[in-house]
Amino acid sequence: MRDPVRGAATRPARRARRALALCVAVAASLGAGSGWAASFKATLIQRDDDPRLERSRVERPALGHPGGPVNPALDLALKDSKLELDAEGAVLVLDTIKVGSAAAARDAAAKAEKAGAVALLTDLPADWLLAAADGTKLPLLNIGESSDRLRERDCRARLLHVAPSERMRADALAQTLAQRRWINVLLLTGPSEADRERSTTAQAAIKRYGLKLAGSKPFKLSADPRERDLANPLLLTQGAYDVVWVVDSDGEFARALPYRTVLPRPVVGDAGLVALAWAASFERFGAPQVSRRFAKAAGRPMLGADWVAWLAGKALVAAAVATPKGPAAAFQQALASVELDGSKGVGMNFRPWDGQLRQPLLLGDGQSVVAMAPVEGILHPKNALDTLGADAPEKLCKSR
Amino acid sequence: MKTRYFRSCVAGLALAAALPFVQAQVQAQGVAYVSSEKDNALTIVDLKTLAVTGTLATCKRPRHLQRSADGQQMLVACTDSNQADLIDLATRKSVGKLPLGAEPEAFDLSPDGKTIYVSNEDEGALSVIDIASGKLIRSVEVGKEPEGVKVSPDGKTVWVTSEVASLVHVIDTASGKVLKNVKVGKRPRRFALTPDGSQLWVTNELAASVTILSTRDYSTLGTLTFQVKGARAADITPVGITMTRDGKRAFVALGKANHVAFVDVPARKVTDLVLVGKRAWNVTLDKAEARLYVVNGLSDDLTVVDVAAAKALKSIAVGRVPYMALVVE
Repeated sequence: MRDPVRGAATRPARRARRALALCVAVAASLGAGSGWAASFKATLIQRDDDPRLERSRVERPALGHPGGPVNPALDLALKDSKLELDAEGAVLVLDTIKVGSAAAARDAAAKAEKAGAVALLTDLPADWLLAAADGTKLPLLNIGESSDRLRERDCRARLLHVAPSERMRADALAQTLAQRRWINVLLLTGPSEADRERSTTAQAAIKRYGLKLAGSKPFKLSADPRERDLANPLLLTQGAYDVVWVVDSDGEFARALPYRTVLPRPVVGDAGLVALAWAASFERFGAPQVSRRFAKAAGRPMLGADWVAWLAGKALVAAAVATPKGPAAAFQQALASVELDGSKGVGMNFRPWDGQLRQPLLLGDGQSVVAMAPVEGILHPKNALDTLGADAPEKLCKSR
Repeated sequence: MKTRYFRSCVAGLALAAALPFVQAQVQAQGVAYVSSEKDNALTIVDLKTLAVTGTLATCKRPRHLQRSADGQQMLVACTDSNQADLIDLATRKSVGKLPLGAEPEAFDLSPDGKTIYVSNEDEGALSVIDIASGKLIRSVEVGKEPEGVKVSPDGKTVWVTSEVASLVHVIDTASGKVLKNVKVGKRPRRFALTPDGSQLWVTNELAASVTILSTRDYSTLGTLTFQVKGARAADITPVGITMTRDGKRAFVALGKANHVAFVDVPARKVTDLVLVGKRAWNVTLDKAEARLYVVNGLSDDLTVVDVAAAKALKSIAVGRVPYMALVVE
């Protein structure tokens, strides 16, 4: 499904076309705002038939999973900021493309660039996201993928991550356990490739914060009596430990684990206490107003994925407000250095070394926000937020 | 931070016990009413004994407190009741309710005391309400999560902050038109005005600063950035602000930095930092300007600060999530 024109057009021709598109947009916005104003267009690339959004999943979302499409959150960000944009005379438009494969994601990115977009947002799996990133020169805001490899070995210079990484989530949880002196961890890992990767990340965080691995076992969702050692919570949770850390990207096993352990110990990780970007029950720093506005607009509670999308929208707004007259290059530069207020009590910006948004994480059980990370007392030479995720001296992203 | 705070509390208590309040040039009298967001009640603190003498039930989630123009009543903005409770100060009884629109947070009164201007935090609106009739005169659309509201001394202008848009809206009271949107620091919260009306001070919660605006042309005259030893900029989150009647000193609560900054207004310099409770929120001076009352949102207490000595005298446990204190002498 590749656009035949894409390969044929020479670079100057493409640039000219882009410039023309921008001029048209500017002309169209004249008269609407005060004086000269630029119209910025951003394109959201989404997965068609996203398996994470199947009805059975979003009706009862596991902690840390999306509760529905992110579109209402992005719309809310633009609506929230209308006055701010109007005050600067800037216009920000968002359109959406749905794709069904990595190749289609790549084409969609190229097409959006050609159509005059100044930035892309992606809610895509890692491989599709990389294809999209490699199909364009535009900056790309990742809102749906937490995989660490996108921040490390597969990072890209123009890739910005609003979604917290798996390592950030593991660090947040490990800090919380360390603060509570729940030192001995029984680690249960699911069968998928993502589970194996995330289990490695969890083990690194366990080590980093001085916790001890009391045991590490694989689990499997199964009713087969011959596999009961892998599937039965009572058999899996024998031994001595302070806490059970379950790594279950799917979520079905994990959600049934609390209160089914042999010992009366808490479950953390993908059920019980979970590191989240947002929780509808969060009540500090103006959070209830944001959650209420979202619930009113979307008809469901605001979850982590929604907050991430909302904040990505706010990042676009902040860049537009900083460079209301454009050009696109100025907007793109501003986007990478925005300072964002996401109602988590602290200003947030992108780390220059891997494009990850610094942010506090909430530790929640679905009913309340139990703790926030970085936890009180955690120290860092520059910014305590950098105790969550990969830090500068590790130099894990080579292409930035 | 926790232990330091605890130590200072102990020190404050010891100091308060050692000096039986003889140091005050003016004998403190009267009471402070403290609103608490989670109690649906006001805590009453006796200013002479610095002890809680009782509570006063009010509407749901009380926040901003202000006296009526004649001084006879106290208006309590209740966010979850969408109204103000009007409390007679002599009898300490509710004498009426005033509708304030959806989720009211803070307000100010017109100089004649007849009109109330209130920020509606969810709607992103400023409601203008006639107090006598309770009628909504108009609703002005502003940026999302508006908070601080201040009416100019001549009553012609009302200023409102929008936390989300990082703007101060300048609104003409006669027409209800937004005359100007002034860009200030991130998450602007509250206002203080110099007595001559020429400078509007705005606290920026997420910029660790105060923006000083000229009320003539809304240019930025200066930005006062706070620094606290041992705290990073991100932990300095200014919210509450008040100024002395002579306009020489301002007091700014620094939120998560757990301090109050004393500011020399003409010099635009911080002169003192006083350690108080957790997430210092709003600040109130007494009539003699001898004591400053600081509500601490995350330690559920009220810290009484001796202004001359720049020292905390005592921290008094009040309600859950205290928001603001109103001193009635």
